[in-house]
Amino acid sequence: MATAETGAGAPVPGGRPSNAADASGPASARAGGVPAVSMRGVTKRFVGVVANDHVDLEVAPGEVHALLGENGAGKSTLSNVLTGLYRPDEGTIRLFGQEVSFSSPRDAIAAGVAMVHQHFRLVTKFTVAENFLLGSGGAYDAKTAAQRIRELGEEYGLPVDPDANVWELSVGEQQRVEILKALDRRARILILDEPTAVLTPQEADALFATMRRMADDGRSVIFISHKLQEVMKVSDRVTTLRDGKTVGTVVTAETTSAELARQMVGRSVVFSADDTADRPEVDPDRVVLDVRGLSAEGVRPQSSPKGVDLQVHAGEIVAICGVSGNGQRELAAAIYGIRRRTAGTVAIDGVQSRQKGPRESTALGLAFIPEDRLRTGLSPSLPIHANLALKGYRRPPLSRGPFLDGRAIRARAEELVRRYGIKTPSIDTPTRVLSGGNVQKVLLAREIGSDPHILIASTPTRGLDVGAIETVRHLLMDAARAGTGVLLITEDLDEAMALAHRIVVMFEGRVVGEFPRGHYDIERIGLLMGGHTGDREGAA
Amino acid sequence: MIRLEPRLLRPKWLSVAVPVGSIVVALVLGAILITVSGNSALDTYGRILDVAFGSVQSWSDTIVAATPLLLTGLAAAAAFKMGLFNIGGQGQFVMGAIAASGVGLALPDVTGFVSIPLMIAAGMLAGGLWAAIPGFFKTRFGTNEVITTLMLNYVAANVAGYLIFGSMSFWRLTTGSGQVFPQGRPLSDEAVWPAFGGGGLEIPLGFILGCMAAACLWALYRYTRFGFEIGVVSDSPEAARYAGINVPRTGLAVMTLSGALAGLGGASDIGDIRHVLDPKGLGQTGYGYTGIVVAALARWNPLAVIPLSILLGALANAGRALQGATFPAGLVGTLQGLLLFCAVSGEFLTRYRVRVGHKRPLSAAELEAQAA
Repeated sequence: MATAETGAGAPVPGGRPSNAADASGPASARAGGVPAVSMRGVTKRFVGVVANDHVDLEVAPGEVHALLGENGAGKSTLSNVLTGLYRPDEGTIRLFGQEVSFSSPRDAIAAGVAMVHQHFRLVTKFTVAENFLLGSGGAYDAKTAAQRIRELGEEYGLPVDPDANVWELSVGEQQRVEILKALDRRARILILDEPTAVLTPQEADALFATMRRMADDGRSVIFISHKLQEVMKVSDRVTTLRDGKTVGTVVTAETTSAELARQMVGRSVVFSADDTADRPEVDPDRVVLDVRGLSAEGVRPQSSPKGVDLQVHAGEIVAICGVSGNGQRELAAAIYGIRRRTAGTVAIDGVQSRQKGPRESTALGLAFIPEDRLRTGLSPSLPIHANLALKGYRRPPLSRGPFLDGRAIRARAEELVRRYGIKTPSIDTPTRVLSGGNVQKVLLAREIGSDPHILIASTPTRGLDVGAIETVRHLLMDAARAGTGVLLITEDLDEAMALAHRIVVMFEGRVVGEFPRGHYDIERIGLLMGGHTGDREGAA
Repeated sequence: MIRLEPRLLRPKWLSVAVPVGSIVVALVLGAILITVSGNSALDTYGRILDVAFGSVQSWSDTIVAATPLLLTGLAAAAAFKMGLFNIGGQGQFVMGAIAASGVGLALPDVTGFVSIPLMIAAGMLAGGLWAAIPGFFKTRFGTNEVITTLMLNYVAANVAGYLIFGSMSFWRLTTGSGQVFPQGRPLSDEAVWPAFGGGGLEIPLGFILGCMAAACLWALYRYTRFGFEIGVVSDSPEAARYAGINVPRTGLAVMTLSGALAGLGGASDIGDIRHVLDPKGLGQTGYGYTGIVVAALARWNPLAVIPLSILLGALANAGRALQGATFPAGLVGTLQGLLLFCAVSGEFLTRYRVRVGHKRPLSAAELEAQAA
């Protein structure tokens, strides 16, 4: 272990302010000058794209280093280079001063680089301990693995029950398992890819405390994020990427979030949804979505919607907030008709849905942007024009009888690409090669372009860069302004508060709270999302 | 150090270069084998070329040999394109042959204008139903279609064997030499399918039907709602479900279509070529399996199945004609195997890019030492 040279003081659990001062006495000084990671001039090209263009990144031992950038800025590519998934076309990587060249992720793991991915690499049918055994190289039997999980969990404040099946765990707990696995493999450089995307504010704070503890242990933590507040809160230094290039590295305590935002986007960005004059007007007499007593089966018992009542009016944006896995996803699927309802009714603009599935819902004027946009919402390898026709291909003008009208499909696609500013070489391009923001624009163009009565948007901005988030939010506002009711499912409270007329909180499949605009209380909403009733104070 | 990287985009030229390259590599590997076996590769290939394409008669023989491969190739292409691994082309082919010969035998005196379309319909129906059985279990219960379709091949072979060897069935010849050697009853002249062409070139009806089927399949993918749905389901079943496409029904329909094409191949085998139900002959030729090679080389493109079936038909034709002491036995089968092997490897290359690196990664121990 590389603890010897870090010599940092005693762990400061979750204590950001005190550490900020610490870190400004440059973190690299603590390492005696040898950085844990030093990437120089790293260049990675893909067909027609330079994902990383001479990127420099230096991370000291014992430091929490944020890697900030929009989607498509090259953060993922850079971390894939560092974890051995990609081989750089140019540039050098040094770990603790020694040049390395990884041929596979296995080499990187052997060299002490571990990554906690946004999408966990866990076998959900196995217990925590069994997952621990996988890839540990046969170092343990199940009993010692359980023991090790408890020890590590205690040491780093990551309590997990080793005997629980992974599918029974909350997303936050699954993330803990991933981190424990990395720690167990003696990772000295730990990369966390957007780790807070799935957490409640309270869970995120606990994660930050763990990150700090790992850094105090002499490990280097690379924190990939595009959330400025979090970066400001937890990191010692920040490296910003834009368009595949390094913008610069700054000491967090010496910068501001406005400055970071400017670096990240290349211009100043303010999304002004608080502009009340511009807020969509609600038509209180027209209920476009009327859900009564809706229950459905869930992936897990906690995530099955249980007797949900919900109304959305024309022009109204209602946000459903909750930690992922508390039934929001199933609720949306049940309303749309791809998940069977076990009780309750759904009416769209006054017409009862007869639970005949997506075709009926679409015909009634329900549009749906699913969480998994590139595999569920869109068919990834099909060209853009086919994806834009995915809902309308059954009816004129896109088809006549059993035959498609290729010309009409292409004309409609050209029009939508123009109207929604989708950046693509052509309408024949496979959808999966577009950037995240443009993929979402294809989906929005198709769904909003059908002039629906009600639009359900499930985490529509997750994983997008600041610019694309702005575009998506404006599109949702525009849709509401045109009289569409919008049901926005989000884990991002800032987003909910910026956009919604009303916030509904879901926990374990039930609606546990409702807040009209003007009465938003972030603390209470956060607690409700975490399953605490409002009266109990501050536990996390 | 060799490593593989997934390709983001598949360049267009690869879809031509890979099959051509696969064939070239297979021929080179075959040449090595021929040389090792003590023959001249150049000479052997020259003779194959001559026998397969050297004269009008060779062309006719090659096209006759290509006909069943064209239809089983289309059957495999239709199913595999959607990710349905229909290994049962052989069984569907046999069932098509049984049904078509049954109809042909039942209508000995009816004009061919009536009996032949009925034979075609019966063959397609039987092959389609035979494929619909595993299709149903696959789409309803998620049963692995590789296993079920493969098992049904043996069932079909045994059904055909029973009809000729195990019983005094309607299909069995009970007069003349049939009393000595068990064999099938031959079709009447009316029920024998016509051949087309001129100047000595004879193209069997089955081949023409196969070309039409290939064109229909291509047009289906390109111009119809059903084809659009197949495209979505093959690419992303989740997206298909989301868009309201009935995924199981689409899968079952494609499986049935695939079986019907193989069944048409069986009907053509009876009407065009054998004119009699011959279980042993059907088993030995293994058209259903060779069809998978054809489809793989064609990268599931129905139009590309036509030339590739001719290529493999030529090989089979030459193999039959050249059998003897100076021609390596089993060469044709070996070449077919090499072609499939190269086609599958080639398919892999369209997905990944091979990178050659040189630096050895450091081990953890070395890094620890560096860090200390």
